[in-house]
Amino acid sequence: MDLVKAFLVGGAICVIGQILIDKTKLMSGRILVMFVCIGCILGGLGWYAPIEEFGGAGATVPLTGFGYNLAKGVMEEVDSVGFWGIFTGGMKAAAGGITAAVVFAFLTALVCNPKEK
Amino acid sequence: MKNKRIGAQTVKLSEPVVIAGVSSVVGPKEGEGPLGNLFDTVAKEALYGEDSWEKAESKFVTEALQLAVEKAGKTMEDIDYILCGDLLNQCTGTTFGIKDFKVPYFGLFGACSTMGESMSLGAMLLDGGFAENVLVGASSHFCAAEKQFRFPLALGTQRPPSATWTVTGDGSAVLSKKGKGPVITEITTGKIIDMGVTDTMNMGAAMAPAAVNVLTAHFKDTGRQPNYYDVIATGDLGYIGKQLVIELMAKEGYEMGENFTDCGIEIFDKQNQDTHSGGSGCACSAVTFASYFYKKLSEGEIGRMLFIPTGALMSPTTSQQGSTIPGIAHGVVIESRKE
Amino acid sequence: MEETTQAKQIYDKMVKEASPDSPIVLNCIKAFVSGGFICTIGQLLRNYIETFSLGEDTTSLIVCVILILASAILTGLGLYGKLGKYCGAGTIVPITGFANSVVSPAIEFKKEGFVFGMAAKMFLIAGPVIVYGTLTSIIVGLIYYFVG
Repeated sequence: MDLVKAFLVGGAICVIGQILIDKTKLMSGRILVMFVCIGCILGGLGWYAPIEEFGGAGATVPLTGFGYNLAKGVMEEVDSVGFWGIFTGGMKAAAGGITAAVVFAFLTALVCNPKEK
Repeated sequence: MKNKRIGAQTVKLSEPVVIAGVSSVVGPKEGEGPLGNLFDTVAKEALYGEDSWEKAESKFVTEALQLAVEKAGKTMEDIDYILCGDLLNQCTGTTFGIKDFKVPYFGLFGACSTMGESMSLGAMLLDGGFAENVLVGASSHFCAAEKQFRFPLALGTQRPPSATWTVTGDGSAVLSKKGKGPVITEITTGKIIDMGVTDTMNMGAAMAPAAVNVLTAHFKDTGRQPNYYDVIATGDLGYIGKQLVIELMAKEGYEMGENFTDCGIEIFDKQNQDTHSGGSGCACSAVTFASYFYKKLSEGEIGRMLFIPTGALMSPTTSQQGSTIPGIAHGVVIESRKE
Repeated sequence: MEETTQAKQIYDKMVKEASPDSPIVLNCIKAFVSGGFICTIGQLLRNYIETFSLGEDTTSLIVCVILILASAILTGLGLYGKLGKYCGAGTIVPITGFANSVVSPAIEFKKEGFVFGMAAKMFLIAGPVIVYGTLTSIIVGLIYYFVG
């Protein structure tokens, strides 16, 4: 059942992105930025947690989940270390994803060359 | 001095300039298209044996220019000037392709209209008595253009239906005072027209008004009608740009008939090659002319042709700053001269 | 061609009429299915990794790392770009799309060197995501600290 929920929630979030692309001609980079910021804001407002509760990976895999993670991280860090947690919480929560992206991008680029379409 | 100007934007050469030889060297995708068997050389892969897209483009330039000279029955020593250009920053595609030829060179930038620009200026140099043989041409490379103007190739993005596909290759021609072959008789030079289009995924719409500028100026200067020509071919307007030209010309009181086509439409198979609105890039008009149209002109199947390569004079920087896309077009009248 | 404001407005209308719209319904279906599929894989991974009882955060991290690795491999093979053409937002919005946007410029600009090419251009598209994500998290943190 949680697989179906993940499929539906994840699919729905992607559809929102598709509508934005087709209707507003936004480039994919802008979509990424938008989704992370929206996820972060919803996370801050406490509205994304129920979505994650319901959708599981359907809510955490899309970039809104990345944004939600930033918000969650910063709030937890504020709770544990206070004001200066504002500066570390977000990045701490995102560190794993960014590090993975950098490492795998580097390794892939070492091995692979650009290909024609 | 005999005045060669016959109107605000049109000149008539005192002696027709002969297109003595042409060449078209293209990438694999172009080779698979409807004109595939008409090109002189089809590269097996877009890298063309080089290690970067930019170097590959230069190799297309080198190969095509050499071949054009050869096919015209001449050697590089016979060439007085090279007039070429491409889409890459500072026209390096051309520079690195021709630097070893050691021929006097004028580098041109007319974006995708470069073939028209080089033919116009080459013909004028010859008619002015400054040269016996001039080598003209234009090149572009899909992968190099995507890298410079759009996105990395491996990025998963969708192309809207209005997008065009940059042609990989180089089309060149040797223009001569003497010899056999189709001739250039008149030149109509376009003005920059900017109708406020900002969508870089809809270049046809950005350039169509520039093509209309050349068409109306040409018909006004010569007193002709569109049906005077067997073929009127714009450069890379694609399906959308062509439709817009027909509509805009109707407003100006000219009916564009069956003889009106676009190189970007001819070069790819829209259904099977997923090229959306059609082909584009400097090479689009250059290789289509140097293969398909040149053959028809040589065989007399086309008697008179108005060739109008079109270009969008923007850069990634101007687009990011929100500037509109100015268009340019260069009209060249070519006649068969086959009895 | 006159370049008056009025003429430009008329032309803008002509361009809109002549330019076909993207097939939005079809695109949305593709995005839904492909995006949903990626998330389902994420959920499968999560369910499996949860059996090791590593804690919620670590589980999420491992899922994230595996998806990024998969995306990097597909991007390197030139397959993610092809998928993206059909799937649209379905392959842009998931974390795999973020990874694709980091890996693809790294590969493309490798020829310009490992420092100013590959490394410098790596965040050409994804850099703004980190910039604005960080800024938004700071705002969220500030509000949370002062307002609660």
